[in-house]
Amino acid sequence: MLQIHCPYCEEHREEEEFAYSGEAGIVRPESPAELSDEAWGDYLFFRKNPRGLHQELWLHASGCRRYFKVLRDTVTYAIHGSCKIDEQLAPVGQISGIRS
Amino acid sequence: MNQVNRLPDGGRIDRNVPLSFRFDGRNFTGYAGDTLASALLANGVDIVGRSFKYSRPRGIMAAGMEEPNALMQMGAGAATVPNVLATQAELYDGLVASPTNGWPSAKLDVTALAGLFAPLLPPGFYNKTFMWPGKGWKFYEWFIRRMAGFGRAPSAADPDIYDKLHHHCDVLVIGSGPAGLSAALLAAESGARVVLLDEQSEFGGALLAADETINDAPAMDWVQQVIARLSQMENVTLLSRTTAFGYYDHNFVAALERRTDHLGLVACAGSRQRLHRIRAGQVILATGAFERLPVFGNNDRPGVMLASAVSAYLRRYAVAAGNRMVLFVAADSAWQTALDWLDAGRQVVAVVDPRPAAVGMQPSSEVFGALQARGVEILQGYAVVDVRGRRRVREAVVAPIADNLKQLTGKQRHLACDLLAVSSGWSPVVHLSCHTGSRPVWDDEKAGFLPGFRQGCLPAGSVNGSYGLAECLQEGYQAAAAALEATGLVTSVQPIASARVQPLAKACPLFLIPHHRSPTRAPKQFVDFQNDVTAGAIHIAALEGYESIEHVKRYTALGFGTDQGKLGNINGVAILAGALGKSIAETGTTMFRPAYTPVTLGAIAGRDVDSLFDPERVTAIHGWHAEHRAVWENVGQWKRPWYYPHKGEDMASAVNRECLAVRRGVGILDASTLGKIDIQGPDAGEFLDRMYTNRFSNLAVGKCRYGLMLKEDGMVFDDGVVARLAQNRYLATTTTGGAAAVLQWMELWLQTEWPELEVWLTSVTDHWVTIAVAGPDSRRVMAEVCEGFSLDEDAFAFMEWRDGTAAGVRARIMRVSFTGELSYEINVPADYGRHVWEACMSAGQPFGITPYGTETMHVLRAEKGFVIVGQDTDGSVTPQDLGMSWVVNAKKPFSFIGKRSLARSHTSGKMRKQWVGLLPLDPAERLLEGGQLVDDPGQAVPIVMLGHVTSSYYSPVLERTFALGFVRNGRQRMGDVVHCPLKDGRVIPAKIVPTVFLNETQAEPA
Repeated sequence: MLQIHCPYCEEHREEEEFAYSGEAGIVRPESPAELSDEAWGDYLFFRKNPRGLHQELWLHASGCRRYFKVLRDTVTYAIHGSCKIDEQLAPVGQISGIRS
Repeated sequence: MNQVNRLPDGGRIDRNVPLSFRFDGRNFTGYAGDTLASALLANGVDIVGRSFKYSRPRGIMAAGMEEPNALMQMGAGAATVPNVLATQAELYDGLVASPTNGWPSAKLDVTALAGLFAPLLPPGFYNKTFMWPGKGWKFYEWFIRRMAGFGRAPSAADPDIYDKLHHHCDVLVIGSGPAGLSAALLAAESGARVVLLDEQSEFGGALLAADETINDAPAMDWVQQVIARLSQMENVTLLSRTTAFGYYDHNFVAALERRTDHLGLVACAGSRQRLHRIRAGQVILATGAFERLPVFGNNDRPGVMLASAVSAYLRRYAVAAGNRMVLFVAADSAWQTALDWLDAGRQVVAVVDPRPAAVGMQPSSEVFGALQARGVEILQGYAVVDVRGRRRVREAVVAPIADNLKQLTGKQRHLACDLLAVSSGWSPVVHLSCHTGSRPVWDDEKAGFLPGFRQGCLPAGSVNGSYGLAECLQEGYQAAAAALEATGLVTSVQPIASARVQPLAKACPLFLIPHHRSPTRAPKQFVDFQNDVTAGAIHIAALEGYESIEHVKRYTALGFGTDQGKLGNINGVAILAGALGKSIAETGTTMFRPAYTPVTLGAIAGRDVDSLFDPERVTAIHGWHAEHRAVWENVGQWKRPWYYPHKGEDMASAVNRECLAVRRGVGILDASTLGKIDIQGPDAGEFLDRMYTNRFSNLAVGKCRYGLMLKEDGMVFDDGVVARLAQNRYLATTTTGGAAAVLQWMELWLQTEWPELEVWLTSVTDHWVTIAVAGPDSRRVMAEVCEGFSLDEDAFAFMEWRDGTAAGVRARIMRVSFTGELSYEINVPADYGRHVWEACMSAGQPFGITPYGTETMHVLRAEKGFVIVGQDTDGSVTPQDLGMSWVVNAKKPFSFIGKRSLARSHTSGKMRKQWVGLLPLDPAERLLEGGQLVDDPGQAVPIVMLGHVTSSYYSPVLERTFALGFVRNGRQRMGDVVHCPLKDGRVIPAKIVPTVFLNETQAEPA
């Protein structure tokens, strides 16, 4: 079970308090009508699904109910940091989540 | 035959407390402090079970959790527990146990005849047999079920309760042997919050059975001092009888504490077991190592035991598991067992050591000399190749072995004995370290797999391949120091406990003992005892082309049992490596997954059972419904009245009565469970325009409008009525089941995509009670109950709302209808809900007001062709499929959620499944919801499926059955007949019709 740091509550909380919401940073196209079916389909269905570092959205569902971003390694599940929705994730360095 | 193998003194048992127990139908006695295994051995019980595949008689091999054979069914009835290891079960008075395998008893087992069919049961036979003829599958399944599995699950409710405890600590120490205790002490003295746990009833780990000294005193003295010190410290939690069974992400460890299993079958007070959920800053893994045994012919016979187990039974339990021992060892540590055996007054027939006289593999001269002095024959350069005796070891067959350990070089000798103690080295207990995917690493020097790297995990002691006592104490200390540094605490100045440094010989890589026949032809050489996997089986797998250890594991069932192959896996890997001509490092090992040892489901559920399994949501009017004998329907977590049967009514008659009452008089429904979201802000209207298919920014204050919500892929997601309360305020309703999802969906867009919009959302589902009053007489009831506004048709039109009072309570009244009848919804603060409901019931008495439930609500809306999202839709349905293009406003400037997808070629293509009405040709026959619809039921399978039935009812107004469903291109096929084949062989023909069955003139069928 993951331990996740909510950047709004400024605390590490258990995974059970959160809901996962997929890849972060997906921007809705400005003019959907101008996109081909294929390009629109890319936006709808295709995700990076990386083996390794993944920027993803989590919702603090049982807490402050804010969405925020997490940088997690999809192989080791180590979490490298989290930030508010309007901030940028720090580059990989310290591993957080475990007090080490 | 009373405890023939019990020594006259010694052991950690209490001879003042004799205990009676029953095993396999026979009565025995033991002592307090015994395990079931030690008591059985004390009583001279050889056979404790039968093996899984070949039903061979099996005895106890080990003293701990690595035991593969002594699986017990404890007790009987509702509290019976399967697959309890006799080596873990602590003896109590009145204990009843039987083997999990073996019929009619382990001693006399009929299924042993299966052994005769052994050549027909090679590895992978599960994949090859029971295939032909296919029609015989029902018999094969019956047969397999009889043969398969261990133990019997209870069939009555568990009488015990279980609970959970959550911990946060700085340092979790798993294992209380010398490394674990050394670590825990330093960490605790340095001020860390420490949790120390051990699976045994006493702390001390390997020291409980060792003849060692620490700080120049018996090792157990040191253990007791450390435990005494730790129990005084407030920052320390000590947990015995607690097995860490799962090591999950971010140092989250789950451990099971057996609180009363040592006292009886059922807990007399409190919880029987407790699940500890521990979040640790650092984990020190001090789980020790299991002794290995080599693989040779008939190495599964009762009387073959691990050398360390023989010593453990002598020292801890004062039990000598036989009389005449042959000791077959390829590891220095095990030579001590021969001395222990002689000290107990028993006979050592011979010590057989296959290790070549190469540098570093000689047994220590001290022990060697001691045994020679006592007249023990020492056969160096020999190995045991076979065992004689079926129900008990009778003879060990030995032969000289080459230095490379791969060939036999001389004639066999037969040594008469009744106990064969064996050891080929140690395997670190790495299991927990791989639970999150960190692969163990083979170490040639130590001839074992060591834990792979895991962030936040510090292995110490035997689990690291360090088998000397001084090393273990040192490593525990160092691990704690590292843990403290990572935690940011200062390491307290503490001396390391001291012990004599004993040089140990280099580990000997001995796994499979050669036989003059090949492994596939030799007498069975067992690798995995629980699943009867032999060396021959692994060779066959390799011959058949299985090269990966992952495939070989699954093909042969190596390591599949409840013991996860604790004794056999390393041998299995080594034998496969040998068969493939690869090194062990190249072959690798499979990974272990939780649980390390079996965990009862009750402990995982804890107290969250029965009524506590899921929260039960009820409306403020719930008590009234219950008092009026409502039958409940579960809608998500909500309890909603399904129907209200009068005395003597079944569901059909109750629903018919309720439907007719609403259509012809007046009915009343509790609609409080539907989601309600308060939406405020200057951009609220713009926001709703983006979220729904239709427009809300132009909705006048005081009016309501039905809205449909799509996901971005264009599929229907939810629907509901939205009311405009003020210039910058709306109230949106959702389906009951979709309320939380819709709120989260709205938050997702506002927070991550449109943070510039000024909109605030609040869930008000539970804050308002909603009472629907529906039917031609509804206005008359409303006139009695409500004040503050006019109910006239021209003053209060359809799809408007008014503020006023209901039964004296401030209320918001909406004129909306889900039934097609004149209908109002009264919204009041929830605390007044029941009061207002009762006022409506009272005011409605003269009009025969009838409470109706969800079933009637479903029938009535279906007669009008109103969709229920989640019943008629499944996430793959567009508004066009439903025939609801009218609710899609293509002229809105913003490309609302889902709009672009409606133009995708597939979404807008022809031949999509379209929502239609269905009238069974026989008006009394009812279609089944979910039933598939086809043109020609006589077509050869696979029959082309056109769609399915989504809703199906009987209408008392139409006096016939009717249904709604999807048919490909359905709107072009009005009048066609389609067929619904059912499982019981019937086929129901139905005509495709429009979705509206009752039009405005009410009782008139469409």
